Amino acid sequence: MLSLGSGCLWLALGVALYGIGASLYGAGRGGRAWVDSGRRAVYATAGVVLVAFGVLEAAFLRSDFALSVVAGHSSTTTPTFYRATAVWSSQEGSLLLWVTLLGLWSSLMLFLTRRRAREVAPYAAAVLLGFAAFFLSLLVFLENPFDRAQTVVAEGAGLNPLLRHPSMMIHPPMLYSGYTLFAVPFAFAVGALITRRLDAEWIRLTRPFTLAAWLFLGIGVLLGARWSYTELGWGGYWAWDPVENASLMPWLIGTAFLHSVMIQEKRGMLKLWNVSLVLATGVLAILGTFLVRSGILNSIHAFGASTLGVPFLILICGLIAGSVWLVLSRASELRSENRLDSLLSREAVFLLNNLVLVGLCFVIFWGTFFPLISEAVTGSEASVGPPWFNRYIVPLSLVLVLLSGLGPVIAWRRATAANLRRNVARPAAVGVATAVVLVVAGVTGSVGALLMFSLTAFVIATVGQELWRGVRARRAMSSDSLPRALVSLVGRNRRRYGGYTVHVGVAVLFAGVAASSAFQHARDVELQVGQSAKVGGYDVTYLRPTGNLEAASNGRLEKIDLGAVMRIKRDGELVGDLRTKRSFFPSADPTLGPVSRFFEGEATSEVGLRAGLRRDVWSAISPNVRDLRKQVAEGDRVFEGAKALPAEQRELALAEALSGLTRSYAANPPPATFRLIVSPLVSWIWIGALIVFAGGLIALWPPLRRAPRPVAARYAARVARELNRA
Amino acid sequence: MLLVLVVLVVVVYVVSAPLRRGRVEAVEASESAERAGLEAAKEAKYGEIRDAELDHRMGKLSDEDWRAQDRALRAEAIEILHRLDDLGPE
Repeated sequence: MLSLGSGCLWLALGVALYGIGASLYGAGRGGRAWVDSGRRAVYATAGVVLVAFGVLEAAFLRSDFALSVVAGHSSTTTPTFYRATAVWSSQEGSLLLWVTLLGLWSSLMLFLTRRRAREVAPYAAAVLLGFAAFFLSLLVFLENPFDRAQTVVAEGAGLNPLLRHPSMMIHPPMLYSGYTLFAVPFAFAVGALITRRLDAEWIRLTRPFTLAAWLFLGIGVLLGARWSYTELGWGGYWAWDPVENASLMPWLIGTAFLHSVMIQEKRGMLKLWNVSLVLATGVLAILGTFLVRSGILNSIHAFGASTLGVPFLILICGLIAGSVWLVLSRASELRSENRLDSLLSREAVFLLNNLVLVGLCFVIFWGTFFPLISEAVTGSEASVGPPWFNRYIVPLSLVLVLLSGLGPVIAWRRATAANLRRNVARPAAVGVATAVVLVVAGVTGSVGALLMFSLTAFVIATVGQELWRGVRARRAMSSDSLPRALVSLVGRNRRRYGGYTVHVGVAVLFAGVAASSAFQHARDVELQVGQSAKVGGYDVTYLRPTGNLEAASNGRLEKIDLGAVMRIKRDGELVGDLRTKRSFFPSADPTLGPVSRFFEGEATSEVGLRAGLRRDVWSAISPNVRDLRKQVAEGDRVFEGAKALPAEQRELALAEALSGLTRSYAANPPPATFRLIVSPLVSWIWIGALIVFAGGLIALWPPLRRAPRPVAARYAARVARELNRA
Repeated sequence: MLLVLVVLVVVVYVVSAPLRRGRVEAVEASESAERAGLEAAKEAKYGEIRDAELDHRMGKLSDEDWRAQDRALRAEAIEILHRLDDLGPE
């Protein structure tokens, strides 16, 4: 089976290269047979890669340690869910996942457009196959997942403990789906530029893929933030880490594109801008993969080595150079067909929104690559932290939320000042009233946060007003009931109302970020059992320690947990208990003693979290293992002298000794250090994100039926009839 | 190894099918692309007309502005339909 996997990678590479040649030859000579053959090469590449992926997945599920990648990233004691998902915890598996997803999306897109976009599609197929060939070359020549282990071990190393979290295992497929889906509009934009077919056709065809890319990437980013909050033990959800930033940048530019592309579709404007945005999104998606897999920048999320740096850099440079050349050489065809009618129009708001989103991306790009830039210029590596990012991101985010409220209430083409005043008055009053109420209630610590709450209320009010007026207009036409009119209104204008829902979600999310950043109470305290600390109005008491040795079903010693039960009270009233622990996983280093290796390997935090709509109470323990050192060293000495014992007896004795150690910790616990955090409105970040995704799904949902083509009618009547059908 | 050969045979069969059949579609590629472009423009124009109407009903456009916009947009839609019909039947 392993030779099948390896053979499939070679075969897929060959088919992809053939497909590039066939597509380009067919497009150049106008031979439909060659173009069709090239398109089928995309399907075949996807199919063959899927077989390879299936073989690797089966090897992980079977714990086939003949493969070094399985031995290095899984074990027989790894739970089945994590064994299935451990495939993409490895460099090789994650690259294979990338190319598998790319193959699936590319095939779907080219199947759907098999009778359309006849000039553009062959070039798009060639670009998509080019991406596939690049990743397949990495897999075949540098990171082959089917490389056999030099010695077959009886037990694997297991999954990286940090990744043993459900959201972290779903996070990579989501992120990679976003990245690979963005390759589709990128490829079609390149095809449109090459063939100079720069009308709205390629945009219309790729729109669902762009939206799906945006949605998947957004879900991936959110899952990463959630993992950071609940697994990393530092108490935050966003650290402006290079890998986090790398996933956010294409999402921001993709968001800008989704807005500005509407102007091109409606008015034939911003062609150059749109094509530049979509090309930038594609390049940033590759850059995101590069940062995760190359390890070029220090990141808690980077799980790759630096062997892939050079090929990725060559690809990125090629993509940038090619994109710039294509755009410049087609500048005359990319001229706008119309001009902006008025600064008081939705087009103008969208333009501003684009500038803010691109500004946000630029700030993040600069902050992310600053260590490399500073090293290149000064010779020493320096990095910028959250305060630097916040200095620019906070004001830009405020403007973005304001625009997301203004956009829905302003008409396309030209609005009058009187109309705008009438439409903005009530939502603005709601925003101001919110600010006044909050100030009266004593929420005065942060002007930025206060402004964000006020703007969030403004956005919710504008969208509420839009829905109400829309339903009223719908009922005037159809005399439907209120719910039916609402469903009908949204159903007929999915893109519009899906977008508005996204605006509400983004505003709610930003309100959660503002509140949890500005009004967070955090303390690092050392507590003895029975001692209490005060944080954010809560009394947190170290109630009792916990200690546990976890062994797998086959007796393999997995980890030692040292933790605590914390009692939370507010104004003397019991709120609840939190359980937090630190898990210590054994190091694979053979030079370490059998006991000490448990304290020298990976360690993960399990956070004690009481989440609520108003606030989260969060705790993480750092057990003091210094005081155990004497017992650990003693244990190592004893087991050094017990080498003659049979392995099974030795393992049993070790289990007993480690259990004794955890019991001893629980019986006589040393003081432990705790990070205690009380953060308001964190849950609204996740709720806001869910609203965003719901809005994305509404916008993505396909129309139920298409208007049939009329055979003959007078043109004006035909326009009216076709408008009524949709 | 045998399995790889089986996959190879399937791939060659699938990918070479259009070449073996020698199927060359009669549709003129450039005309098809022009039609697709016009269809996209038509859908976009219809979308604009609907948006303007909704904006008017919701009080974002005055009667006067909407009537002027609607007239212009419908004229543009008719122009697109003319151009589509000039291409002949699909």
